[in-house]
Amino acid sequence: MRRRGIKAGKDGTYRVELPDEERDVLAALPDQLRDALDAGEPTLYRLFPPAHSDDDAANEDYARLVGPALVDGKLRALAELQRTAHAKRLDEDELGSWLGAIESLRLVLGTQLDVTEESYGPLDTADPDAPRLALYHWLSWLQEEVVQALSESLERKAPTD
Amino acid sequence: MSHVVEAPVRAPQPTIEDDRLEDPPWVVIVWNDPINLMSYVTLVLQQLFGYSRSKATKLMLQVHNDGKAVVSAGTKEKAELDVSRLHAHGLWATMRQD
Repeated sequence: MRRRGIKAGKDGTYRVELPDEERDVLAALPDQLRDALDAGEPTLYRLFPPAHSDDDAANEDYARLVGPALVDGKLRALAELQRTAHAKRLDEDELGSWLGAIESLRLVLGTQLDVTEESYGPLDTADPDAPRLALYHWLSWLQEEVVQALSESLERKAPTD
Repeated sequence: MSHVVEAPVRAPQPTIEDDRLEDPPWVVIVWNDPINLMSYVTLVLQQLFGYSRSKATKLMLQVHNDGKAVVSAGTKEKAELDVSRLHAHGLWATMRQD
């Protein structure tokens, strides 16, 4: 059995080993987050934090100046994930989009589920949130795979200390 | 109109300390949160700021253990840019003048 996950190749591309049904989930999730963005759901605040802890006026300026570009960047990453969800190989930009899109999905899902540091233990199947927690944990596993693959490439490029 | 030629005067060079007194730098703070993976925070700090893996790991652990860490400092404009890049990557970051 081949290892599931993401592997950095020596040619600068990344091999994605995921079953089709998991790729189908990846392709479907961006629409859900886009719908949430359109609806302006309150849990989305986690995607757009304030820049200042105690200056409302400065935060309004910041949101006005930076907000649209932040939304654009997140939408672009989601579109790229959807476009490449069934690809066997990804280049570094495409995998970077996976990283960003999975990050947004985890932030929103984790906020909706009110995830804490204690949420990473064994799944309680009696919990009514269990299916969505399972999805959250699967996205966490996949993000870790992406991070490890990109970190490996980064170390190869710039071996420091 | 005066045509008196004045001797060139060398302006006193401001020292780094003077600069700090006149305009304290802005610092960018990353706050701990229960969603972001430790490995992800380390990678983002490496990618955005060009930090070595060990420096990025040290900062990530500071965020994790102490609840926050100063990850960069500079002018207000630089801090704003850094905060927006961190937000683009999903980290909870704020800025303040030190």
